[in-house]
Amino acid sequence: MEQVYLAIVLAPLLGAAISGLFCRVIARSVAHWVTIIGVAVSFLLSLVVLNHHVVGGAPTYNESLYTWMEVEGVRMEIGFLVDHLTAVMISVVTFVSLMVHIYTIGYMHDDDGYNRFFSYISLFTFSMLMLVMANNFLQLFFGWEAVGLVSYLLIGFWYKKPTAIYANLKAFLVNRVGDFGFLLGIAAVLMYFNSLDYADVFKAAPLMAGLTMQIWPGADWLVMSVICILLFVGAMGKSAQVPLHVWLPDSMEGPTPISALIHAATMVTAGIFMVARMSPLFEYSETALSVVLVIGAITALFMGFLGIVQNDIKRVVAYSTLSQLGYMTVALGASAYSAAIFHLMTHAFFKALLFLGAGSVIIAMHHEQDIRKMGGLRKYLPITWITFLVGTLALIGTPFFSGFYSKDSIIEAVHMSHTPGAGFAYFCVILGVFVTAFYSFRLYFLVFHGEGRMDDETRAHLHETPPVVTVPLILLAIPSVFIGYFTIEPMLFGGFLSDAIQVAPDRDVLDYLSHHFHGAAGFALHGFTGPAFWLALSGSVAAWFIYMKRPDIADQAEERAGGLYRLLLNKYGFDDFNQIVFADGSRKLGGLLARFGDAGLIDGVMVNGSAKAVGWFASIARNVQSGYLYHYAFAMILGLLGLLSWLVIQ
Amino acid sequence: MSELPLLSLVIWGPILIGLGVLFVGDENPTGARRLALVGSALTFVLSIPLYTAFDASTADMQFQELLPWISTFNVNYHLGIDGFSMPLILLTSFMTVVVVIAGWEVIQTRVSQYMAAFLIMEGLMIGVFAALDAVLFYVFFEGMLIPMFLIIGIWGGPRRVYATIKFFLYTFMGSVFMLVALLYLYSGADSFSILAYHDLPLTLREQTLLFLAFLLGFAVKVPMWPVHTWLPDAHVEAPTGGSVILAAITLKIGGYGFVRFALPITPDASAALDWLVISLSLIAVVYIGLVALVQQDLKKLIAYSSIAHMGFVTLGFFVVFSIQRHTGGLQGAAMGIEGGMVQMISHGFISGALFLCVGVLYDRMHTREIKAYGGVVNTMPIFAAFMVLFAMANAGLPGTSGFIGEFMVILSSFKASFWIAFLAAFTLILGAAYSLWMVKRVVFGEVANEGVAKLEDINRREFAMLGVLAIVVVLFGVWPDPLVSVMHTSVDNLVQHISVSKL
Repeated sequence: MEQVYLAIVLAPLLGAAISGLFCRVIARSVAHWVTIIGVAVSFLLSLVVLNHHVVGGAPTYNESLYTWMEVEGVRMEIGFLVDHLTAVMISVVTFVSLMVHIYTIGYMHDDDGYNRFFSYISLFTFSMLMLVMANNFLQLFFGWEAVGLVSYLLIGFWYKKPTAIYANLKAFLVNRVGDFGFLLGIAAVLMYFNSLDYADVFKAAPLMAGLTMQIWPGADWLVMSVICILLFVGAMGKSAQVPLHVWLPDSMEGPTPISALIHAATMVTAGIFMVARMSPLFEYSETALSVVLVIGAITALFMGFLGIVQNDIKRVVAYSTLSQLGYMTVALGASAYSAAIFHLMTHAFFKALLFLGAGSVIIAMHHEQDIRKMGGLRKYLPITWITFLVGTLALIGTPFFSGFYSKDSIIEAVHMSHTPGAGFAYFCVILGVFVTAFYSFRLYFLVFHGEGRMDDETRAHLHETPPVVTVPLILLAIPSVFIGYFTIEPMLFGGFLSDAIQVAPDRDVLDYLSHHFHGAAGFALHGFTGPAFWLALSGSVAAWFIYMKRPDIADQAEERAGGLYRLLLNKYGFDDFNQIVFADGSRKLGGLLARFGDAGLIDGVMVNGSAKAVGWFASIARNVQSGYLYHYAFAMILGLLGLLSWLVIQ
Repeated sequence: MSELPLLSLVIWGPILIGLGVLFVGDENPTGARRLALVGSALTFVLSIPLYTAFDASTADMQFQELLPWISTFNVNYHLGIDGFSMPLILLTSFMTVVVVIAGWEVIQTRVSQYMAAFLIMEGLMIGVFAALDAVLFYVFFEGMLIPMFLIIGIWGGPRRVYATIKFFLYTFMGSVFMLVALLYLYSGADSFSILAYHDLPLTLREQTLLFLAFLLGFAVKVPMWPVHTWLPDAHVEAPTGGSVILAAITLKIGGYGFVRFALPITPDASAALDWLVISLSLIAVVYIGLVALVQQDLKKLIAYSSIAHMGFVTLGFFVVFSIQRHTGGLQGAAMGIEGGMVQMISHGFISGALFLCVGVLYDRMHTREIKAYGGVVNTMPIFAAFMVLFAMANAGLPGTSGFIGEFMVILSSFKASFWIAFLAAFTLILGAAYSLWMVKRVVFGEVANEGVAKLEDINRREFAMLGVLAIVVVLFGVWPDPLVSVMHTSVDNLVQHISVSKL
């Protein structure tokens, strides 16, 4: 199998290298074929691996490829850990990536950077695979930063656009803030475990459970809490949790295919994946879990609110992504890691579908993204319309759709959890259901129903997008509907991920839920009686009523609740705060240090000052050397006099 | 191979060829260039056996050469290398080839003198790394100033006189104290052998004074805050090749001085005063990082970034004592020192490459102001790809060599103290901020002005020099083991040595 794992990773890299290094000489068809074949190979082999591990029951594979370096007996290696969790992740990543590759042929058709784009998304696939297949922290960090790099390159893909190159810098820097914590977390792991290998660290974790350290004198911290919180800071950056979420909405400046692939389906879930992978550590720190739970809950609810006031089709979906990432994080905090991974998987399908659907709309609208200028598009884009509806229904958690299974299990799990903060989290996620349904159907109705608000020129050219665009939509719509139904039982209650995920028995909410689980259909039927369903329904109806039936209500609400509306429009002021305090602040501080520290004190006073002092002293001393004989004679007499008097006094 | 006096060859070879280049004269620039290229390439080839035939299992000096020089004062012509000096010698011989290529068409005045200066410089720098006799070391150390003084003074920018004098006085001031220290040690050891100094017992008072003298000498070279202000000026005025050598190699001599002199000769004083060096290093990372952020001049920005990166070198070297105090053991100490060493090598490639990038732009636009650029990617896409790669490497992206050193030093310093690691890790944010903000303003965006619109992409020569550096940067990033494994024994030996008190 080793060759298979290697091939999964290297096939996209090869495609990326060919289409990237030779992007100026090869034809467009070469670029897309070589990368699509690379990712397709990767996807097919991922299925082989999935089959091998799930059906074939193969044991966990954990081997190293080569030694990156060895210092003081600590081997830092590049290698693969393949268990069920990895198998699921690589299958999801390569499938969505393949869909996006195909879709890109249509979306980027007229773009000059066509070859470069294919190179980047293949490179991204490689990086993401390295991340999820890592068997050690070093490689995890490598993949972690590599996906950040590709995200940077792709957000700034249209490098002439000022907003794009602002957004990619912002994304990279905010992620670096997360990595700041992440790297310190890795350093802590190395310090206390003296290894960066997952297997070693997880094995030794129980021995470290009670160990404490002092960060400042007088306060003892559990080592596990410190490690887990630091690692989670990294996850907050990559998975865009409050307050490090600010880069994700801006990342929508990049081309839509990457919004689907990177900023919805895969890269942003890296943080979720990482915490799930680290469950053997997180389980030893209730403090860390509590932090995770509360941060996730805040993200889930409050980012959802922001989706309501956005008018850019991609930004609405982006805020929905933030909110859904919050749901996954909440699941992690509630120790329902499997539920988080489950939601990660279903979300990958329906969110990629929604983004690609949005992209299809954008193509049809000639790169108009303002939903106030859309409307009634269902007549012109039937396939996009139906698939988008499917995605929306999955997103809001309609029973029997994939999103229902994953979201409802998270809500149930939080309800059962006793981790501090669970009450607050439950309130957030349950209210979040209403909000999700509201902004999702607001978007849906404004885009596909009602009167067309576009100009006549655009209307005349409206038609369904080509098959390279619609086929991926259809292929993504299928799992968006069915994958939850078929996989909930093994993934959540069948111990499918138990080779990777460890949960302390007293926190195992999913185990508790499994006693009440009687098949996927029963779960869905039961869903009709729960509050989540009714909240979703009322959210959808409210959206219909406000935006279809009585559009004046929306306008009135905007006026009446002006303060609230502006607060939401300003995204709670996070962006302004960061701009003023961190961006401008550090530049001002740097300017002050340069002016007063370097130029003023060091150069002005110390360096040039001492040069001046020498010059000044010399200019005084020079007067002695006047060249007049009588001056010298006078000085001699004075000296002699002084010497004699000193001798006499002695 | 051991029969050949390889070290003498790689020291005197380039110096002699440099003199030969002078003889070719400025009337025949092509001949001078070719001879210089052949000479530097030959030196690089000759230096390769130093790596391949290097015995990484011993910390003893290898390829030793010992001849009496001034027997009255027990001064010897003593050369030899270990795991610290060998990689630096290879770095020197490699970068000199790159610099000769970089000056190919760019330098049109006094070509033979320019090329000769770099070859002679190369020999002297290798001499610094290979010398095991204090007098020999000092001669090379000071001799090195002369060609660099000339390079900046003759081929430099408009304020070159101010910069050269500042550069010369600054470094000379530091090295005078170092000379005093070396002479004092001679009075104790009755020899100028550096290795004998290592084992010389010294009181804490003696050690403290010696340590401060060394610190002054080497801190200026590194440079450490607050004796760093010569560097931005020297870089700004130096021609591209001068900047490359300055950043890639001469700064490393400061770092090398700490591991060859300060730490092994005065271990107790180093332990007592490590807080000073660590504080200055952290100031370099944070303060200088912030200062780099606001620079308007491309070369100044990279110069400040160099100072910040060199902060990791000194931090890695001196964190050992805190680790010992904090954990009671030495686990992690070697990682810090190796991290510092790797950081030096890697920074040699990356800063060199960035200065070359600035040179490429300067040759076309004749300005280094960031404001004068914008949208370079539109007209120079290949160049832009290199620039982004090297900026990312400068920001310490994993997969490039820039990551390894910082990674090791941060991991190691966490063992010393959470807060040291915390402050050091700021480089993740600041390094990315100043590198990528610069890229954003220079490379990305719409074509900013007519000058940028007329830019031509890099030619084959420029592609070759940037390409070879890109390969090295990525290669070490993906597989640093060949680099670090040759250092292990020497580093372990040093850690053992300094953990034993001399008192």
